Amino acid sequence: MVDVFRMPDVGEGLTEAEIVAWQVAPGDTVTVNQILLEIETAKAVVELPSPYAGTVHELLASPGDTVNVGEPIIAIETGSGSAPPAPAAPATGGAKIGEAGADGRIATLVGYGPRPGSATRRPRPGRRGAPVAAAEEASAQVGLSAAAATAPTLDQPDPRVPRSAPASPPDPARESSLVPLAKPPVRKLAKDLGVDLRELTGSGPGGVITREDVLAAAAPSVAESSTAPSTVPTALPADPHAGSAGGERREPIRGVRKATAAAMVQSAFTAPHVTEFLTVDVTETMALRERLRGSRAFADVKLTPLAFVAKAVCLAARRTPAVNASWDEAAGEIVYYDRVQLGIAAATPRGLMVPKIRDADRLDLHGLAVALGTLTETARAGRTTPADLTGGTITITNVGVFGVDSGTPILNPGEAAILAVGSIKPAPWVVDGELAVRTVCRLALSFDHRLVDGEQGSRFLADVGALLEDPATAMLW
Amino acid sequence: MSDPQSWVPTDPGSAPTREHVLSGLHGLDEGGPELVQLLTPEGLRVDDERFGGRVADVGVEELKGYYRDMVLVRRFDREGNALQRQGELGIWVPLLGQEAAQIGAGRALTSRDMVFPSYREHGVAWCRGIDPTALLGIFRGTDHGSWDPLEARFHLYTIVIGNQCLNATGYAMGQKFEGRVGGDSETDEATMCFFGDGATSQGDVHEGFVWAAAFDAPVVFYCQNNQWAISVPLEKQTRVPLFQRARGYGFPGVRVDGNDVLACLAVSRWALEECRTGNGPVLVEAFTYRMDAHTTSDDPSRYRLADELELWKLKDPIERVRVHLVRELGVGSEFFDSVQEESDALAARFRAFCLAMPDPGPERMFSEVYADRSARLEAQQADYLAYHASFGGER
Repeated sequence: MVDVFRMPDVGEGLTEAEIVAWQVAPGDTVTVNQILLEIETAKAVVELPSPYAGTVHELLASPGDTVNVGEPIIAIETGSGSAPPAPAAPATGGAKIGEAGADGRIATLVGYGPRPGSATRRPRPGRRGAPVAAAEEASAQVGLSAAAATAPTLDQPDPRVPRSAPASPPDPARESSLVPLAKPPVRKLAKDLGVDLRELTGSGPGGVITREDVLAAAAPSVAESSTAPSTVPTALPADPHAGSAGGERREPIRGVRKATAAAMVQSAFTAPHVTEFLTVDVTETMALRERLRGSRAFADVKLTPLAFVAKAVCLAARRTPAVNASWDEAAGEIVYYDRVQLGIAAATPRGLMVPKIRDADRLDLHGLAVALGTLTETARAGRTTPADLTGGTITITNVGVFGVDSGTPILNPGEAAILAVGSIKPAPWVVDGELAVRTVCRLALSFDHRLVDGEQGSRFLADVGALLEDPATAMLW
Repeated sequence: MSDPQSWVPTDPGSAPTREHVLSGLHGLDEGGPELVQLLTPEGLRVDDERFGGRVADVGVEELKGYYRDMVLVRRFDREGNALQRQGELGIWVPLLGQEAAQIGAGRALTSRDMVFPSYREHGVAWCRGIDPTALLGIFRGTDHGSWDPLEARFHLYTIVIGNQCLNATGYAMGQKFEGRVGGDSETDEATMCFFGDGATSQGDVHEGFVWAAAFDAPVVFYCQNNQWAISVPLEKQTRVPLFQRARGYGFPGVRVDGNDVLACLAVSRWALEECRTGNGPVLVEAFTYRMDAHTTSDDPSRYRLADELELWKLKDPIERVRVHLVRELGVGSEFFDSVQEESDALAARFRAFCLAMPDPGPERMFSEVYADRSARLEAQQADYLAYHASFGGER
């Protein structure tokens, strides 16, 4: 027989969800709790596990569809003649699960859908309609930190409204009598500084009054009274070289900081980043490093694990040319490079620098170790020339030296890939079905998805990992 | 700077920097030098001068027992999560990652001790002999609690954050008043109260601490610091490590590796013994990590980095016991296979029970309100049942 799985309410009181992607297709065999698909609700992206074992009969919704809670999403041929254990019938309304009751509401497995005519979302006290919703929707898309600021909690439904909700224009007369369009901390700041928010025009998205707006409005009066608000800590040492006011230190944005900021913003907002992770057992590589360090050939150089990573990157890039390439928007072309100009991100007294090892793919391990030593020494001494900083084709960032496991690196502008190398440390690891303590390292590869597909990025990362797991693999390439 | 003690909070104008706070909390780190640990994440047994002796009796059989506890609890927890995603439960509160903190504490309790849980203590419930299926009623919305709190010595789940600290303190004060503390090791008892790092920001917890201290109440305040109060990280809630707060109330506080079942057992045994002998209260901070969402309604990827989870996966509470059993104690694979099998069977029973779960009868909402029923309530129940019957079986 065929059992139908209906869209569950995976939050509390959600009424609909969007199909993100199916992980099964008609004809596939599925087991109980096997992940069938991903859905996105107003609260979260979640995976739905199968309630049935059997064969997928039909997918009843497509990616992008918004499906109401209680509507069928997949039919599964369970083979058994008997119906699945029927959930207890709902207590009121007289409707069977998934069917509309007398009042038109859809019975779901855990309750009922919304009453006809009621809002699709639970109302939020003081919500202001479209401008706020649009602003919060926009801010939720600009990255993790912004998303965190608007992350909903159990007690606070996601403020974003569904796309189908009518956007009624705000009524200016009613606007002024309502709470000003500003977040609570900003309202608190305004109160502390004696700023009337109703007299301000917000500069934030959708007209939201920001902290800066309030500070700007308060600036003259602060200067007059010269008393800092009590909530601002005053114990911080003031930098005599920077203009300081009321317990904060202001530093002009310039030099490397300015260049870094511009590069990061440009990269993050032009190249669609994808980051993949791989944890690698580098015990063999570390053993090789020990052996080589004792050898005469490497007596004159500091052989760091980074040299092995650099070698692996050069070898792997040969097999996957797409990662050693560049997107030329103006020319409408993708540029594939014959040689690897390997950038090494370095923390220097002046800030973040990415000097290059020229034609790194032509260097052997010893040559790379020498080049790395020179390059980092030059960078730390602040003697890196501008010429050394340009013309890279791929970058390695060694975040492991800071003791962290991994990160999601941002591409050096114009490059297609960047590899973050995490700290190398002992960890439990399965070897031949047994647990052992091995030396383990996490790799994270970000790539520009315009020119590198998941397949290529994954292959490159897997290749680098394979070389570090078993350096003898290099013999084969 | 790295030592939280180096910041003297009483200095005028000495608000701590973010670095001060983080270094004291070790929110993403190893828990700091004061962390009690007996089994490292790599499965190595280490000693602790103060608490090591408390688990001297734990041999390979006991350890296998704790391993089994943790695997079974994790297995039905995962099944609960899946059932919610299939629309069978309104919500589920996952305990993933906190198995050791709960089993260590739960196995330190005697049958006389009383427990006040929050809503995530499936592992402690397991130790109290409550069948996992009894937890389903609350999350399916058919019942407020399906066990007898006095018989199980395990109070019903408390949803209001931190509220159970007041109940627990009151109960412990009662134990003290009735002389069930500090006399006879055969009859002495204590109370254990479970809450999270988020609850420590609640007034109820503060009041509980104050009253417990004032009345020497035999209550162990067992805080599972899983680093996140839904989306709020610990460093936004406190400047000092939570266990140090006990000092301000005048009772001892200990920070234990909450992913180390042995250490949790040792510290809990010590803490409960302190309370039973009249030296309570005690605060235990089990330093652990919530590896899943706050509840099934939450999406942690919106506020924390996947890397953090990856770091904590390396400190998994179950894995370290398994490694220890295999490597140090030579336990063979048949044991692990049999536990796996048993856990799958438990999950299947859990699922089947959930799907077939009956709605409770209409009398249920009257029957458990008071210990002694009033005539008025009896009358209300009779009226309601008659009204119900008037539908002739149709509901």
